[in-house]
Amino acid sequence: MPNLAMPNLAKPNLAKRKQRFSAFSLLWRGLSGNQGWEQQWRKPEPKPRYDAVIVGGGGHGLGAAYYLAQQHGLQNIAVLEKGWIGGGNTGRNTTIIRSNYLFNESAALYDHSLKLWEHLSQVLNYNVMFSPRGVMMLAHTVHDIQVIKRHVHANRCNGVDNEWLEPAQAKAFCPPLNIAADIRYPVLGAALQRRGGTARHDAVAWGYARAADALGVDIIENCEVTGIRLGKDGAVEGVETARGYIATSKVGVSAAGHSSVIMRMAGVRVPLESFPLQALVSEPIKPIFPCVVMSNTIHAYISQSDKGELVIGAGTDAYNSYTQRGALHINMHTLDAICELFPEFRRLRMLRNWGGIVDVTPDRSPIVAKTPVPGLYVNCGWGTGGFKATPGAAHLFAWTIAHDEPHPINAPFTIERFHDGTLIDEAAAAAVAH
Amino acid sequence: MLLIPCPYCGNRPEIEFTHGGEAHLVRPAPPAQVDADTWTRFLYMRENTKGVYAERWRHARGCGKFFNALRDTTTDHFLAVYKAGEARPQ
Repeated sequence: MPNLAMPNLAKPNLAKRKQRFSAFSLLWRGLSGNQGWEQQWRKPEPKPRYDAVIVGGGGHGLGAAYYLAQQHGLQNIAVLEKGWIGGGNTGRNTTIIRSNYLFNESAALYDHSLKLWEHLSQVLNYNVMFSPRGVMMLAHTVHDIQVIKRHVHANRCNGVDNEWLEPAQAKAFCPPLNIAADIRYPVLGAALQRRGGTARHDAVAWGYARAADALGVDIIENCEVTGIRLGKDGAVEGVETARGYIATSKVGVSAAGHSSVIMRMAGVRVPLESFPLQALVSEPIKPIFPCVVMSNTIHAYISQSDKGELVIGAGTDAYNSYTQRGALHINMHTLDAICELFPEFRRLRMLRNWGGIVDVTPDRSPIVAKTPVPGLYVNCGWGTGGFKATPGAAHLFAWTIAHDEPHPINAPFTIERFHDGTLIDEAAAAAVAH
Repeated sequence: MLLIPCPYCGNRPEIEFTHGGEAHLVRPAPPAQVDADTWTRFLYMRENTKGVYAERWRHARGCGKFFNALRDTTTDHFLAVYKAGEARPQ
């Protein structure tokens, strides 16, 4: 087995100049009119040269910059973000966190991330509101039962918690669930990962941004990368941006739906297609929904935010696009399923919906790897399930950049697997969005 | 929902169609003599263009025919449709 030792979580190592958040500081500032809160991160001008540049200011990119500074001692790092940090898929997902993937490689990768989630608020001194409330995946057919039980057993062999529930047990865990036998897709059972749950998506980006900034990372927004400059030896020399040329010998691309666009600037093709993925929320209601429920067969993904909104994930559109919007019938399809499984939600109004652009690989597993261009690294292909991986992907990507070789956990997740056939075929294992 | 101009039937709603992926991909032959690089490009590598993209559609719940389209992936507007086998319009 590869060394799965966890990074040192005991020492957050925030620079002293940052205010620490605590119950006492909240009370103190509250009593004094909430004056004196510091800016959480700077708005620096880009420097002409950095030791490493991360392209993409989502949770994955900001986290990678944080771990590069915190664990690998890099002092001079920039995160370049086209828009505003956390404004892409980090702010557009349904915040589901789980690690119950079928294959050994995937289980190691996603469980690494889940273990980092469990301490992330303390490490960053920022409440990311990680809530391990349990993720339940429903079975509606004999095939579902077989596939889900296979997942349960495979997960347990890999040390990932997962258990099979009969319909009455599923109903006990999630009281709004309709387990009547006469619906179109009756609930025949479920798998429950109790360590799974949700987190506050914006807080993940902000927490990493604040912690990275405290370690000297420059977070530069409104700074679209327009080119990657290579030297005569074919290695990375720098990036062209909307705010001028920046020299660097290491570029880490963490640009989600635009990863293939950025990689092409360096002449590297990656096996990605970009699709719109939509989500929607209901009007806020009192707490009714205690967990996360997913049904891959009838495409329903639902939880309740602390604000009270039901957070509902829909599927991807059929065609590739960069528009960050999708078709209404995709949402309607998901709402059909939700209304059958939870009839009491039929009268709820939907408040708003939105789309993000997800980069999907042919085997539905990510790429976290070196590339054929020296100094160019890529963290992409997370498709419809990148949020849950944020801390793990960031940590492993930083490792890969710092060591110029992958960590044992992400070593299988290369671009070359599509050449030599060593796919990690979670798509065939699940056949649906993650 | 897209309004898709089928070259045989005219404008129809997207739910009548299935998307067929990137257009103008040619299966390499003969299979036994094709190297891994070529197979990788054919099976897995796609242009994923941000901008004008040539793609296949099938009017599955209509005339049933495949055809190709040029669509701008930054706006989802269709710029042209043409029959399978025809060259990509300029």
